[in-house]
Amino acid sequence: MRLLAEWYDFRDLGNTIGALLDRIRDWGAPDWVPYVASGVIGAVAILLWTVLSVLAFIWIERRVVALMQNRIGPNRVGPNGLLQPVADALKLLLKEAITTRDADRILFWAAPVLIFIPTMVIFAVIPFGRGMVLADLNVGVLFLIAIGSTNTLAVFLAGWSSNNKYALLGAMRTVAMLISYEIIQVLALLGVVLFAGSMRLGDIVDWQRDMDVWLLFIQPLALLAYIISGAVEINRSPMDISEAESEIVAGYHTEYGGIKFGFFYQAEYLAGFGIAAIITSLYLGGWTAWGLEEWVPGWLIFLGKLYLVFFLYIWSRGTLPRLRIDQLMAFAWKYLLPLSLLNVVVAGGEVLVWREADVPSEVALPVIGAINAVLAVALVVGWASTLGHLRRERRPARAILTQEVGAILYEKAAPGPLRRGSGQA
Amino acid sequence: MEDAGSIAAFWVLAVITVGSALMVAAARNLIHAVVALIVSFLGVAGLYVTLSADFLAVTQVLIYAGAVSVLILFAIVLTPTAARDNADSFLRLPALLLAVVVAFTIGLAALETDWRIADRGGFEETASAIGEALLDKYVLPFEIASVLLLAAMIGAIVLVRPESASVEE
Repeated sequence: MRLLAEWYDFRDLGNTIGALLDRIRDWGAPDWVPYVASGVIGAVAILLWTVLSVLAFIWIERRVVALMQNRIGPNRVGPNGLLQPVADALKLLLKEAITTRDADRILFWAAPVLIFIPTMVIFAVIPFGRGMVLADLNVGVLFLIAIGSTNTLAVFLAGWSSNNKYALLGAMRTVAMLISYEIIQVLALLGVVLFAGSMRLGDIVDWQRDMDVWLLFIQPLALLAYIISGAVEINRSPMDISEAESEIVAGYHTEYGGIKFGFFYQAEYLAGFGIAAIITSLYLGGWTAWGLEEWVPGWLIFLGKLYLVFFLYIWSRGTLPRLRIDQLMAFAWKYLLPLSLLNVVVAGGEVLVWREADVPSEVALPVIGAINAVLAVALVVGWASTLGHLRRERRPARAILTQEVGAILYEKAAPGPLRRGSGQA
Repeated sequence: MEDAGSIAAFWVLAVITVGSALMVAAARNLIHAVVALIVSFLGVAGLYVTLSADFLAVTQVLIYAGAVSVLILFAIVLTPTAARDNADSFLRLPALLLAVVVAFTIGLAALETDWRIADRGGFEETASAIGEALLDKYVLPFEIASVLLLAAMIGAIVLVRPESASVEE
């Protein structure tokens, strides 16, 4: 059945709440009452949703990654291991929250809280559906970047206050990484803002609905850059360098245990949902889906897209190996940054021509989309080959075995007599 | 600034801003001082919000709380020979005197000046107004600032360049 946009149509939560607030206003309550009421309702709803989603996705992620790695995954607590996240959460709550002797006590306690706040606040400006946004700021996109940048600080404080060299090393790595990729994030979002002509997230979603096109098709390069820098911000493989277990134990939260570690864990998941929500709103049309939002509640469409994007990150975690820190930094500064800069310049030129020449959007947008798609592929491949990453490495068909020469030698380096004529030289 | 909410917000934010600014000077540990400084920056951002300067507020968080503070933290951590605490100084008393005099002067100027109040209301959206001003009326200072930043960046690269690389060329 079509959505009715009436208060009793409970499928569309935004309308119901909106009607409730109007009713309060009609009763003659002062202005702050509906304001506070909407704030409380929105905050509680977001908090509940994030906690439930995190619990669900801990199970989903562990099972999916287990499937990818040919394991079974958690299957003991509850049917199919469904209650495993609950058990984990209880365990974290009940464990002793240890503070090491030489730690800086105040900052050691403050860091988990400080990292949790910005990740929650991000959801305040995300439009979950029609009229379902807690604070529709007119500088929403900038707000997202600003709030995301304060994460850096909490990570640094966590690493520094632990008084542990691995923690400090992890923190320094993370800070360097986050700062580098923040620039790419800003440039990627700039392309979106250029086209939509507004920094309000609701306006950007509306623009995509009015133009009948998702920004994914207009700014593919920006989306790619944003997905990669998003993976850095939420510490997901292949960018999980800040807590590379094999190198620096667990990075900045090495010394944290119990519920303090739980905060970091939860914040990391929430940041993941935050990045997925931003990608959904800015690049995938938010709660709209080419007319489907008339039939299905917008928030369901939004959540569906969000979970799909998040699944992409789970997938990458299950498949891709970790990069080295120098590779990651070089990738940001030498590869992604020039590409993103070029993308912004091209997008600006396109918008300028579109506005000045007064081309109707039905003509202009497909052309711009086609140009940008071709440009994205050409730039990604072309710049990679310029930097020399596309050269096919010459590996022999068979490595010469250790027993024969005392070390693994590939044929190119092997001396003449040992070359047994296997494969081409 | 007429309803009770704005006034309450102003006082809370003012106490946070000034209190944490005092903490910066009083804290013995330099890292604690930096954290207090960040809280002070956030308080100033809050004050901007009460003045409905939303763009400025968000930029304050982005530049000062997000970037400048990290720069200061790096400066502290990467200078191992410098003391990590707010060291004692024999200039304590003169500094206090100077601070009091400066605060008195600024306070007096703020209270005594006959501020002109614009009869036009606030901007509906400050972001677009600032953008238009920067790229229209103030485009020359804006461009000069970007050239200055570029020069600083090149200077930093030249400073950290290893000697051998320049010899080879």
